[in-house]
Amino acid sequence: MASDSGFEIRPMDQFEVKALFGGDIYWYTPTNVTLWMALTVLAASALMIYGARGRALVPSRAQSAAEMTYGFIYNMVRDVAGHDAVRFFPYIFTLFMFVLFANLLGLIPFAFTTTSHIAVTAVLAFTVFLTVTGLGFILNGTKFLGLFWVSSAPLALRPVLALIELISYFARPISHSIRLAGAMMAGHAVAKVFAGFASALGAAFFVPVLAVTALYALELLVAVIQAYVFTILTCVYLRDALHPSH
Amino acid sequence: MEGEFAEMGKYIGVGLTAIGMGGAAIGVGNIAGNFLSGALRNPSAAAGQTAMLFIGIAFAEALGIFSFLVALLLMFAV
Amino acid sequence: MDETAASGSGMPQLDITTFSNQIFWLIVTLVVLYYVMSRVALPRVAAVLADRRGTITSDIAAAEEFKLKAQEAEDAYKTAMVDARAEANRIVEAAKAEMQAELDVQLAKADAEIAAKSAESERRIREIRDSALAMVTEVSQDITADVLGVFDAKADQGSVTAAVSARMKGGA
Repeated sequence: MASDSGFEIRPMDQFEVKALFGGDIYWYTPTNVTLWMALTVLAASALMIYGARGRALVPSRAQSAAEMTYGFIYNMVRDVAGHDAVRFFPYIFTLFMFVLFANLLGLIPFAFTTTSHIAVTAVLAFTVFLTVTGLGFILNGTKFLGLFWVSSAPLALRPVLALIELISYFARPISHSIRLAGAMMAGHAVAKVFAGFASALGAAFFVPVLAVTALYALELLVAVIQAYVFTILTCVYLRDALHPSH
Repeated sequence: MEGEFAEMGKYIGVGLTAIGMGGAAIGVGNIAGNFLSGALRNPSAAAGQTAMLFIGIAFAEALGIFSFLVALLLMFAV
Repeated sequence: MDETAASGSGMPQLDITTFSNQIFWLIVTLVVLYYVMSRVALPRVAAVLADRRGTITSDIAAAEEFKLKAQEAEDAYKTAMVDARAEANRIVEAAKAEMQAELDVQLAKADAEIAAKSAESERRIREIRDSALAMVTEVSQDITADVLGVFDAKADQGSVTAAVSARMKGGA
């Protein structure tokens, strides 16, 4: 970084994992990861339980938001993955709520974004990958391999296509996890860089401040869209496991 | 390796990877534009296809994020 | 950023020493969130949504019923209207007929009266004419007798009368 030009922007510092009470980090140490994940659970519960506590026939605003989230994910699972995927709805809903609230809470200034870490998103994505693959073999047996054998293509092409399909299948969890972590990391790093310009530019500070404001709005959009995309891709993979024929 | 030259090459490489994000931008714009032109021709069918729109955008965007990731790796990890 | 800083302050995402910590807390979080969502939140929201759907369906059914009732009421109103109109027409017709009958009676009465009056008048006229005719005959006979007396012609009463009336008849 430009450490010799008088100011220093360290855009990656915000992603550091720190122990809450100091000391070394072991696997059980409460860190800022723990804190913000707990807040994610609290926020999701606040919306879905505290917000919907009225159970009114004519919902309040919070209850309406909770019901819309429920209906949104429910319809997504049903439409994308099929009717028999509805039994996995709580699992997918948990994933969506976690990613959505982790992304949104990460946008609070000085917050820590748990979903910007490859380790976190990779665990999420590989959980989905392993679940879906295992499910595909359990439900369909060897017919699940038909996913890679494109029967509509000419016979000579099929081995080549099978190889490509196989590679793209195993690339799924990688792109699934890196997309989410990368999008989160990119937005936060760029915001940090712009914010650093604001302190360096002196009187013209308002230019980067305006840019950061616009960027923040974009980041809100990206946070929601990435949660949506993560969930809908999970549904798409689930559909492949349930109905490998198409 | 000479530190100065390695540093220089690193930054040049980072700049080059930024081009990859332009490709992703073209891809995402292409998807959104085609979706819009299709949606204007047949607005009644558009609502059912927004999921496909987002899936397509996600796939196109992932590749741009990969190039961003390469840039970050070059900057901070190499 | 040189090689020594890469693991520490370079890119925290690639700092493998924190992975176990993150993964452990992530799994804890996901399990807790899954239980909270699937055991508490989702059944509640689903129950509320099902409740609302039930209420809405029953409300729609009730509305349908009310609509039917309104339709029935409207039909009844329409038939009542038609009936009332027919009744009014009937009353008007009856009144008209009654008035016509009354009028006819009155007319007939007036006609009869007029007829009676004109018959009376005619009778009187005939009487007058007859008496006048009788008077003329008598006067003619008298004059004839007088004229005959003047000329000393002998003529009895009967032939004079006959001649006069024959003459009058011929003249008449």
